[in-house]
Amino acid sequence: MLLITCPYCRMARPESEFHYGGEAHVARPAEPANVSDAEWAAYLYMRANPKGVHAERWRHIHGCGRFFNAVRNTVSDEILATYEAGMSRPDLGDGTKDAR
Amino acid sequence: MKFSIFSLMRQALGHHARWPAQWRSPEPKAAYDAVIVGGGGHGLGTAYYLAKEHGLRNIAVVEKGWLGGGNTGRNTTIIRSNYLWEESEAIYELSVKLWETLSDELNYNVMYSPRGVMMLAHTVHDIQVFKRHVHANRLAGIDNEWLTPEAAKAFCPPLNISPKLRYPVLGAALQRRGGTARHDAVAWGYARAASALGVDIIENAEVMAVRRDARGAVEGVETTRGMIRTKKVGVVAAGHTSVLMSMADVRMPLESYPLQALVSEPVKPVLPCVVMSNTVHAYISQSDKGELVIGAGTDAYTSYSQTGGLHVSAHTLDAICDLFPTFRRMRMMRNWGGIVDVTPDRSPIIGLTPVPGLYVNCGWGTGGFKATPGSAYVFAATMARGEPHPIAAPFALERFTTGRLIDEAAAAAVAH
Amino acid sequence: MASLHRTNGGGRVDRARTLSFTFDGRTYQGHPGDTLASALLANGVHLVGRSYKYHRPRGILSAGAEEPNALVTIDRGDGRAAPNLRATQVELYDGLVAESQNRWPSLSYDVGAVNSLFSPLLAAGFYYKTFMGPRLLDSNWAWHKIYEPLIRRAAGLGKAPTLPDPDRYANRFAHCDVLVVGAGPAGLAAALAATEAGARVILCDEQAELGGALLSEWAVEIDGTPAASWVADAVRALAASPRVTLLPRTQAFGYFAQNFVALAERLTDHLASSDPAAARERLWQVRAKEVVLATGAIERPIVFPGNDRPGIMLADAARTYVNRYGVRPGSRTVVLAACDSGYAAALDLHRAGIDVATIVDPRPNGNRTLIEAARTAGIAIEVGATVIATRGRQRVTAVRIARIGADGSAAAGSWIPCDHVAMAGGWTPSVHLFSQSRGKLAWSDAAQAFLPAAAAPGQAQRSAGACRGVFGLAAALEDGFAAGKAAADTRVRKRSFNVTHDLTDFSGIVGTPGTGAHVSKAFVDFQHDVTVRDLKLAAQEGFRAIEHVKRYTTTGMATDQGKTSNLNALAIVADHLGKPIPEVGLTTFRQPYTPVSFGTIAGTSRGDLFDPVRRTPCDGWAQAAGAVFEDVGAWKRARYFPEGGEDMHAAVARECRTVRGAAGMFDASTLGKIEVVGPDAAVFLDRLYINSFQKLGVGRCRYGVLLNEAGFIIDDGVIGRLAPDRFHVTTTTGGAARVLNMMEDYAQTEFPDLKVWLTSTTEQWAVIAVQGPRARDVLAPLLEEVDLGATSFPHMSVKAVRICGIEARLFRVSFTGEMGFEINVPADYGVAVWEAVWREVQKHGGCAYGTETMHVLRAEKGFIIVGQETDGTVTPDDVGLGWAIGKSKRDFVGMRSLSRPDMVRGGRKQLVGLLTADPKLVLEEGAQVTAELHPPAGTPALGHVTSAYWSAALGRSIALALVADGRARIGTRLNVPMPGSDVPVEVVAPVFLDPKGERLHG
Repeated sequence: MLLITCPYCRMARPESEFHYGGEAHVARPAEPANVSDAEWAAYLYMRANPKGVHAERWRHIHGCGRFFNAVRNTVSDEILATYEAGMSRPDLGDGTKDAR
Repeated sequence: MKFSIFSLMRQALGHHARWPAQWRSPEPKAAYDAVIVGGGGHGLGTAYYLAKEHGLRNIAVVEKGWLGGGNTGRNTTIIRSNYLWEESEAIYELSVKLWETLSDELNYNVMYSPRGVMMLAHTVHDIQVFKRHVHANRLAGIDNEWLTPEAAKAFCPPLNISPKLRYPVLGAALQRRGGTARHDAVAWGYARAASALGVDIIENAEVMAVRRDARGAVEGVETTRGMIRTKKVGVVAAGHTSVLMSMADVRMPLESYPLQALVSEPVKPVLPCVVMSNTVHAYISQSDKGELVIGAGTDAYTSYSQTGGLHVSAHTLDAICDLFPTFRRMRMMRNWGGIVDVTPDRSPIIGLTPVPGLYVNCGWGTGGFKATPGSAYVFAATMARGEPHPIAAPFALERFTTGRLIDEAAAAAVAH
Repeated sequence: MASLHRTNGGGRVDRARTLSFTFDGRTYQGHPGDTLASALLANGVHLVGRSYKYHRPRGILSAGAEEPNALVTIDRGDGRAAPNLRATQVELYDGLVAESQNRWPSLSYDVGAVNSLFSPLLAAGFYYKTFMGPRLLDSNWAWHKIYEPLIRRAAGLGKAPTLPDPDRYANRFAHCDVLVVGAGPAGLAAALAATEAGARVILCDEQAELGGALLSEWAVEIDGTPAASWVADAVRALAASPRVTLLPRTQAFGYFAQNFVALAERLTDHLASSDPAAARERLWQVRAKEVVLATGAIERPIVFPGNDRPGIMLADAARTYVNRYGVRPGSRTVVLAACDSGYAAALDLHRAGIDVATIVDPRPNGNRTLIEAARTAGIAIEVGATVIATRGRQRVTAVRIARIGADGSAAAGSWIPCDHVAMAGGWTPSVHLFSQSRGKLAWSDAAQAFLPAAAAPGQAQRSAGACRGVFGLAAALEDGFAAGKAAADTRVRKRSFNVTHDLTDFSGIVGTPGTGAHVSKAFVDFQHDVTVRDLKLAAQEGFRAIEHVKRYTTTGMATDQGKTSNLNALAIVADHLGKPIPEVGLTTFRQPYTPVSFGTIAGTSRGDLFDPVRRTPCDGWAQAAGAVFEDVGAWKRARYFPEGGEDMHAAVARECRTVRGAAGMFDASTLGKIEVVGPDAAVFLDRLYINSFQKLGVGRCRYGVLLNEAGFIIDDGVIGRLAPDRFHVTTTTGGAARVLNMMEDYAQTEFPDLKVWLTSTTEQWAVIAVQGPRARDVLAPLLEEVDLGATSFPHMSVKAVRICGIEARLFRVSFTGEMGFEINVPADYGVAVWEAVWREVQKHGGCAYGTETMHVLRAEKGFIIVGQETDGTVTPDDVGLGWAIGKSKRDFVGMRSLSRPDMVRGGRKQLVGLLTADPKLVLEEGAQVTAELHPPAGTPALGHVTSAYWSAALGRSIALALVADGRARIGTRLNVPMPGSDVPVEVVAPVFLDPKGERLHG
């Protein structure tokens, strides 16, 4: 049972209040009709799935209801940062920000 | 040395001092015709069939830890082939057929135990879905039969079929040829047989990089035990597939989730078959040792931690205690987690990749153990010929671009 | 009655009171404070179990949670039976009934012991090498039909209960500043320090009494106070603080991320009788700011030939039996002491009146002070020697000692008669919970043990005392106090403790003493009968990773999970491979520390609480009306309303006729409802649904279809426009939460620029559908000033109305093909309005109908059900809903996927109707469709039957199916293969009734 700090509520709450939402910063093409099948498949399905630091979406579904992003180490499950949806991934100074 | 009761008796007289190592542990050579990355059941099996069926003997399996240390050694060993789609039926049924003779084939008792796999229906929607499976399987020549709750209880006496259950048992689909096998023995048996055919099995060799030539084709793998040159690399690394494929700059349609399992203390035989319930997320059988072996659903978030939350295994025990109220005083002895690689359509990916010479076999999610022999068989053929085996072809990576998915999870679509 | 095997006095049992209990049917006596193990020993019972593989007689090895041998089944009757309990942990109560396990017909004469004769064959991994033939029926036949059943019968320990467990289990969540695990000296000191700092403290210990190792001391004084009094004072001080929760009988069994620790508390098992309503066990889920692990250490057995006979036990366990329980575990003992603690045991046994024949110390140089003390007590000592053989069938009768030469070889010496052996192999710190927390361990040569090295990120925890290699009482107390202080408040003053009779060296030996060839029947894992030979065989066969050795030999895989055996096994394998121990590695520590009842973990999640039941406001009415219910998602929905003993078929046929002939009412409250509000509400819905909503007029409705981004239908429902900026969206029952989450996702993350707000209103409205040709007549008297005429309020309209005086939303919609209305009233008025409608319905000869009738009626009209006609692989065009796609739309969720190659290819499965040649025959849902009759196995199916019913309106069966190129096949004949017979069918359009919709619009 992870403890997750909702950046809107600014409170650490148990994982059971949240809903995982997959990799963050996967942007939906602005004009889907103009992308190729391969680009569309990349948007739909291709994921970084890193062993290590991962930017991901969560929703505080049983709290404020807001979607937000978290940076979590997928090996230790340690949550390194949480931030509001729409904000860019924070640079934690560990060189993982630009890694795919 | 051939394994048999006679060799066992002969060796017993000599205090078992002459049993050789079950597989050789050679130093890696500088180059191989093919390298399999991943020493689990699927990888070792691939090497075995490459050697046995396709005559490739100058090959190696590299494993970062110990053989069978990934999902092979962490799963609940359920074997069945009563899948919905024809593509799935083909590969899982090939596997069951291979399981039926695998001990003989490998001269290693993998303890395949066709005790029957019973899948419980709890809602009208479940009944519709399972009957669809039964009809589809019968047309494909795969055994799968519909049981009333009373027949389900007769087949599995501890099952609670009280209509007062929160989700009462309304019936079950039974595949009698389904069952279990001894997971470690599958890895060891393939390793021993492959090694005997000349395959080099290299443990404690972690792949650090995939080397590619100017055209982008594979030319070798960099391991913690040195560089190994090869023009064919087969990645069979389950939960770590994304990590390895990213070394060749290939992004995969995979997410790696924790999957928990647990066993009870051993008791005398009490559960004669495998029981699965997708609706309440409970999977249970009894091992030859007497432990109740229980599988849970995946945890909610991706992770490589090989552990999970108590609430996930607890939810499974809630379901087990409801379905088997006589087991409530049984005790959990050990609880562990594996890392499963899950695809968007819950079906595996087998075949070629955009990188010449790089092959991949992954995405088995929560159900890869049952497919071990069939998966290895068709992947070996695919690697040997450089083109997909007919049974592997539908599972190619391209399906995510064309949209021709093989969605077994579709069957779990929620009712109106 | 004084027992021969009790000491003359002392200990913590209440000798004034006597308890009766039975073991294998024989009655014995013990005292309050005894465990079953101590009480058995007090009655001279040493043979308590049989081993797993060879069925060798086994006695009590330990006095605690690490016990591998003394496993019993305790049956309290009425389904309250539990197998595999450790006798060393079972508290004695009056009337306790215990049975030994894994023996037949009795513990003394166990037929299974014949396995011992075959022991040369039963070496590690033997089953992988044999049981493969003969091939009779098929290759796997002999294994599955003959060998496996035999092995299964032989395996297992106790028997699973046969009756349902009637007991209740409780569950608590708790938060604290400092959780201290273990109430031995280090844990008590840590709790005292944290309490002094004013922290909220939880202190748990698996034993009935707090105090740990201190409870087994008799001579020790701490700061001038006898150990027992010191413990009592400490516990009293802690109990007096309102900020401290003391949890005896509570095992911390799992340590999860972010200081989340699971505890299992035993509440009633130690009582002779308890209130049946009282919970048996309680699960605590504790989130602690800081955790102090004071889990102590476990003494190791010494690996020597014949080390498993009853009467051979751990030295510290012997000392505990003497000091704490007042039990003499033997009359003449040999102490094999590879660790100083063995001397302490020898002296205490001697003091208790046991004849200590000799102390055998394998170490070349023992502790001079202790040797002197033992000599002073008149105990003979053999230094640099070991035991190489033992005798005795059901109890040890003699041991043979041997001197260890400089080369490690052992020269056989004399036999020493004895009925008890105490072995002190050294101490293994209990790092289980630390390791579970994902802390890193490191090998310490000095301690000959793995010790906590680096804590995992996010785990604010510290180990204290023996579990981190700080042995010796004063050191452990000080370490514990310092840990408690550091966890709570560093300003607390440091404390030191004055302790008498303290020991300092606990390292002992790992592996086997001496090398010698005498390793036959030298057991490492007692419960699983794993010997030194098995371990060496595994290494010889190439199983070099410790995980391989474990799995091949099964060492450490028994119910004790290797608490006494793992380190010895590791040392033996390392020695055989010529590698240092840390290079061979360590198997992973997993939860639980000791086994935990399934019931404890499941807690109150049983019956209806397994998953909360959702019921509609009109549910009580339906129950009273005798409805039969079905589960849909978490809801209970009325499936049909049988009258006068009707079966489902008869009831549904009647309900269908009534709705089509007059009127019916249906509880549609479970449908998901989402209020979509805001200036951009229509734009938002346009981007989500395949349909166009911007031009939908206020007061009008549209049937909406929702796809996922892959282009497949995931939900549908009627969407009504209440105002330019307000929509009432309905979803499927099962899809409500998923759809709302998806809408929120797009609204918040993809289209944050849109001004739109979403609210779930599923439970705000009770929804009553009234359908049928008399529907208008039913409703009219209940409504105020509303014209329900077909022109003023046509099909697919919505308006705010008052019904029975209550503000409501009235929809003119139909899922039956009849004229239909859906009344949405605030949930609290649901029953009142339902009953009012019911009175009107009855006047018109109508009925209430359930989901099954709803399914039939909609199928007659060819309306799909998401999840039945669709299965997550179906596009709008596949089910004939291509018309619903907004023609001028550039984008909506899933639109791009609809042009992927597989979506536009020929041969996709399409929704059609099927009519059987025999009109009486109803197809089975899920049946396959083929072109040819009697298709051979392996024939690919063209599709499958999605819905099939008896249609009362048509007087025949109907079916819907998804069939490849189905629309092009309309008018052709296909085949539905069934067991034993094929069913010829005609492909027809998927609308069986009123294709022009005249009834609908009437």
